Amino acid sequence: MARITVNVDGIRFEEEVEPRLLLVHLLRDRLGKTGTPIGCDTSNCGACTVLLDGKSAKSCAVLAVQADGCDIATVEGLAAGGRRHPVQTAFHEEHALQCGYCTPGMIMAAIDLLRTDPDPSDEAIREGLEGNLCRCTGYQNIVRAVRRAASIDGPVNGEQAAAREVPA
Amino acid sequence: MTAAAEKAPPDGTREEVGRARRRKEDARLITGRTQWTDNIQLPGTLHVAFLRSPLAHARIQQVDTAPARGLPGVVAVYSGADFAAEQGSLPCAWPVSDDLVVPDHPPMAVNEVRYVGEAVACVVATDRYKAADALAAIEVDYEPLPAVLDMNEALADGADKVHEAGNKAFTWTFAGGDIDAAFRDAPVVIHRTYVQQRLIPSAMEPRAVVATTDGDTCTLYSATQIPHVLRVMLALTTGIPEHRLRVIAPDVGGGFGSKLQVTAEEVLLLLMTRRLGRPVKWTESRSEGNLTVHHGRDQIQRVKLAADRDGRVRGLSVDLLADMGAYLMLVTPGVPLLGAFMYNGIYKMDAYDFRCTGVFTTKMPTDAYRGAGRPEATYAIERVMDELAAELGIDPIDVRRRNWIAHEEFPYTTIAGLTYDSGHYEAATDRATALFGYADLRAEQARRRQSRDPVQLGIGVSTYTEMCGLAPSRILGSLRYGAGGWEHAEVRMLPTGKVEVVTGSSAHGQGHETAWSQIVADSLGVPFEDVSVLHGDTAVAPKGMDTYGSRSLTIGGMAVLRACEKVKDKARHIAAHLLEASAEDVEYTGGSVRVRGTGAGRTIQENALAVFTAHDLPDGVEPRLDAQATFDPENFSFPHGTHLCAVEVDTETGMSRIRSYVAVDDVGKVVNPLIVEGQVHGGLAQGIGQALFEEAVHDADGNLLTTTLADYLVPSAADLPDFITDRTETPAVSNPLGVKGVGEAGTIASTPAVVNAIVDALRPYGVNDVRMPCSPERVWRALNGGAS
Amino acid sequence: MIPPAFDYVRPASLGQACRALAEAGEDAKVLSGGQSLIPLLRLRLSYPTVLVDIGRLPEPRAIRDEDDHVFIGATATLDEVVRSAVVNAEVPLVALAARTVADPAVRHRGTFGGSLAHADPAGDLPAVALALDCEFVIASARGERTVPAAGFFQDYLETALAPDEILVGVKVPKLGPGWGFHYEKFHRTAQAWAIVGVAAAVRRADGGVAAARVALTNMGATPLRATAVEAALRGVPADADAVAGACAGADAGTSPPADLHARPDYRRHLARVLTRRAVLAAARARP
Repeated sequence: MARITVNVDGIRFEEEVEPRLLLVHLLRDRLGKTGTPIGCDTSNCGACTVLLDGKSAKSCAVLAVQADGCDIATVEGLAAGGRRHPVQTAFHEEHALQCGYCTPGMIMAAIDLLRTDPDPSDEAIREGLEGNLCRCTGYQNIVRAVRRAASIDGPVNGEQAAAREVPA
Repeated sequence: MTAAAEKAPPDGTREEVGRARRRKEDARLITGRTQWTDNIQLPGTLHVAFLRSPLAHARIQQVDTAPARGLPGVVAVYSGADFAAEQGSLPCAWPVSDDLVVPDHPPMAVNEVRYVGEAVACVVATDRYKAADALAAIEVDYEPLPAVLDMNEALADGADKVHEAGNKAFTWTFAGGDIDAAFRDAPVVIHRTYVQQRLIPSAMEPRAVVATTDGDTCTLYSATQIPHVLRVMLALTTGIPEHRLRVIAPDVGGGFGSKLQVTAEEVLLLLMTRRLGRPVKWTESRSEGNLTVHHGRDQIQRVKLAADRDGRVRGLSVDLLADMGAYLMLVTPGVPLLGAFMYNGIYKMDAYDFRCTGVFTTKMPTDAYRGAGRPEATYAIERVMDELAAELGIDPIDVRRRNWIAHEEFPYTTIAGLTYDSGHYEAATDRATALFGYADLRAEQARRRQSRDPVQLGIGVSTYTEMCGLAPSRILGSLRYGAGGWEHAEVRMLPTGKVEVVTGSSAHGQGHETAWSQIVADSLGVPFEDVSVLHGDTAVAPKGMDTYGSRSLTIGGMAVLRACEKVKDKARHIAAHLLEASAEDVEYTGGSVRVRGTGAGRTIQENALAVFTAHDLPDGVEPRLDAQATFDPENFSFPHGTHLCAVEVDTETGMSRIRSYVAVDDVGKVVNPLIVEGQVHGGLAQGIGQALFEEAVHDADGNLLTTTLADYLVPSAADLPDFITDRTETPAVSNPLGVKGVGEAGTIASTPAVVNAIVDALRPYGVNDVRMPCSPERVWRALNGGAS
Repeated sequence: MIPPAFDYVRPASLGQACRALAEAGEDAKVLSGGQSLIPLLRLRLSYPTVLVDIGRLPEPRAIRDEDDHVFIGATATLDEVVRSAVVNAEVPLVALAARTVADPAVRHRGTFGGSLAHADPAGDLPAVALALDCEFVIASARGERTVPAAGFFQDYLETALAPDEILVGVKVPKLGPGWGFHYEKFHRTAQAWAIVGVAAAVRRADGGVAAARVALTNMGATPLRATAVEAALRGVPADADAVAGACAGADAGTSPPADLHARPDYRRHLARVLTRRAVLAAARARP
């Protein structure tokens, strides 16, 4: 067993873990952070994507011991004080999710993409999200959502987002 | 057209139906507060891991579970023999014919395994890691038996047998018109054989099951599309009395038919929680799921079409082999029948003949996958219509135009016996060709052909229809389906004027909470925000037929609408009493009951409170403002559309790249254009996946080679184009909202559009087919004269 | 799925890591980013007794400009390699290929050395290392040694690394002025491995090809240098016909695998077509 310290969504945890424990199982089974789901076992689907020290990582392909001392951001920590992250808002506005299983990973991957490319082209968005599979949306609205999020400055809260809803 | 471009009604009213409402479901899904089955952590939960057969076919000589007992954390180890007395046989609810062979299908194999991945033993342990570890200690002795993998070989005399009764599951035939006359002296006859490869549905959420018991009642949480059907079937299979079994489908991460099933794991976890008295949980891994979630498609279609020289179709004959896999699961044999009435597509013809043989092989059973039967049928007719066009040198749109049902001919009873209630193929096609720039692309194609450009352009056409809204119970009965096709709903006005809707539809990504709220808001005249929708728990929504076959809106939505009508009737009755008017003099409008001509009235919210207090109700009226309703349609609905695809094929490498894709769909009236557009996008992605990328591949021993997402190619954002989507709107006449259903349209239409485009690009090279998926290698081989 | 149990050590220095690996014996494995290893563990295709985690060691993570070559530390992540100014300026072929590996999240964790030491013939970087005649710097408790790329990749998933050895980094030679580069990857989906890949470096002079370096991905058990093509290209005009002629033998001496996505004859054909494209693209690329 190894003793590790991780900071998850701003909260510090000290845990005794088996070396083989996957980070995603630490999050889900030990820390109750079930917002990050698991979709495959070969790190192809990206459903489990989190930010590890600020950069996207597939938490099913990281050992918990490798994350010792790291900051981990999951989808659960994005809406600070009830204010949704612009990417969350954009996913809602653009109907970029259906079943929602890929959504946490997709949102985290999109945040990472915008970190390195704040104004991506459609092609750059598609390539930037190539490691995150969605079976429902055909990706078109995900691309729209990322583009929309790129055009939003700073966090937007839920009420503002609702007020901006396009009249049907 | 984007959803944002939807216009408000010109009269300035804010009708909810037709509005691009953002989804209510999203709040929990974008914040990670979703309740997936694997998120459920009941106190004391034990974890189950299954040992699965490594052989496609073998006799089980011995299973020694003893070495796994006593390992750290191991609570129990079971083999099939341990459950033999109580596990029953997994149900097949669609005995399609008198000659159907329904093999015994124990949830855990006892004597014989018939596909790689079939469960032979399991470990129950205190955590998932320990359960996985202990599997290695179980010893199984197998006596290998011959694998049976090829359908044609399986039907040959002297073939190795999957089951004692042989490899033929059933034969089912249909005949409309005089097929011999249609083919006799036909100037044009086209024979083709198409292969619908085996697909893995690949919902993003793997299956998961949690079972628990309080000693009296068992509760099963499952990532299922069908909590209601599942409850009935599990009661019948396990003997647990139905009233002591509760089934909950929490948030479910996609299904596409793959979670329309009664699975071995659901049965076995129920048995285990009963035995152990503790909650048990199982969550599959992707590689386990690729082996053991039912597969889709896997048919060989022998198609023969007779036509006149002017392109008029005389008759169509279809001889189908359908791979059942090793067993018949919930609707396995029925899937080809769902296509049987669709091979004629949107076309008029004199005769149609269909014959299907179901075949057992030693592979994972097949069952419903998005479209279920209809994509296969549509593929065959739309591919062969292109062949007819090529044979006659006619534009593929023209050949379709010469044969399709003209809009003034509806309702039209087809040669397959279905009555298409409405449609306007001309309008959808005109719109699609305009958006696509059809003439310009044809000109570019000609230029590239002329210049022998190594990158050739192909244009693919698909004019489809489908039967949606499964289904009129009477028709299902005539096809021997084991259940009805109705749907149920309850609408409850709460004392504060808010509304709860209980629906028997079981959404797993479709957005029912939003769409149902829109329907109810309009019908009752209450704010969209004041409606909440409950579903997916047999204790909360006790009656239902669940979600599949694009049936939720056309049937479940209609049940909701009917329940609203009943609530309004009650409200009128109560309000008339309170307003001291006669019931005939009051009308329900805009959320209030008003006395005609006086202006006096009461809002539905006021009525709700009056009902709650019950101080002054009419005689004989119970203090409840709610109603239940069931809807059973008279007919299917028939969405249709025209899809056009332009593909660039690199003739040097065989790589195909979609350059543009236009989908014009007619799904009737639209409740939420945002949701409709999303369904079309996702459907297109899956249909394109079949055309270009996806295939479950087995080796010569029957091992599945595509067990991971590294091998089974589900397309990513980088592999798909932007789609241009639009709609025409020809309302269905079979339901009061005029809706048709949209869940499967994109998948049904797109596969032939893409393959037609690829073949169109290659026609100058003498190519008239490429087998799916049209991988670069297959295209290259087709170009170089080899079998693709 | 769930990895089998193993022990884990995270040494504080390269020296400690070498000693830990030597002590752990044959069934130990080096863990860096884990992007190849952890999926293998989850599928239970590998059962190491102990993982020696070198992922956080500072010394093999550096990317340095060292006179006639660029040193890329083994634990530099693929993302760091892709974004490295030195790599892009001096050895751009490495960056061109590295950005085609997997996806952004995997490149954040996966390391340059890990990609090479895993030695998957379908991996993109081994062919680049071979084309550029990289030198592999290897350490163990027994000392340090350098192995040329031509000797590093020995067989399918097998390298010159002994069980007690750690790849510290790679010296990537600067080819000097006048060279253009291209990595041509042919795969069915964005995430899929290369069916065939071609790494090409071309030096142009007087409108012709003065020199070329070409290596092939996934045309055998190891990456392969297309030496016959390199010889044939020398001195030919940099136009499509001449280059095509020179690349007609790109598959010579290869033994391409058969798998789900391609059979050998198709891979041979692809090697010829893609080599032509890679060479032309490299010849057109601005040096």
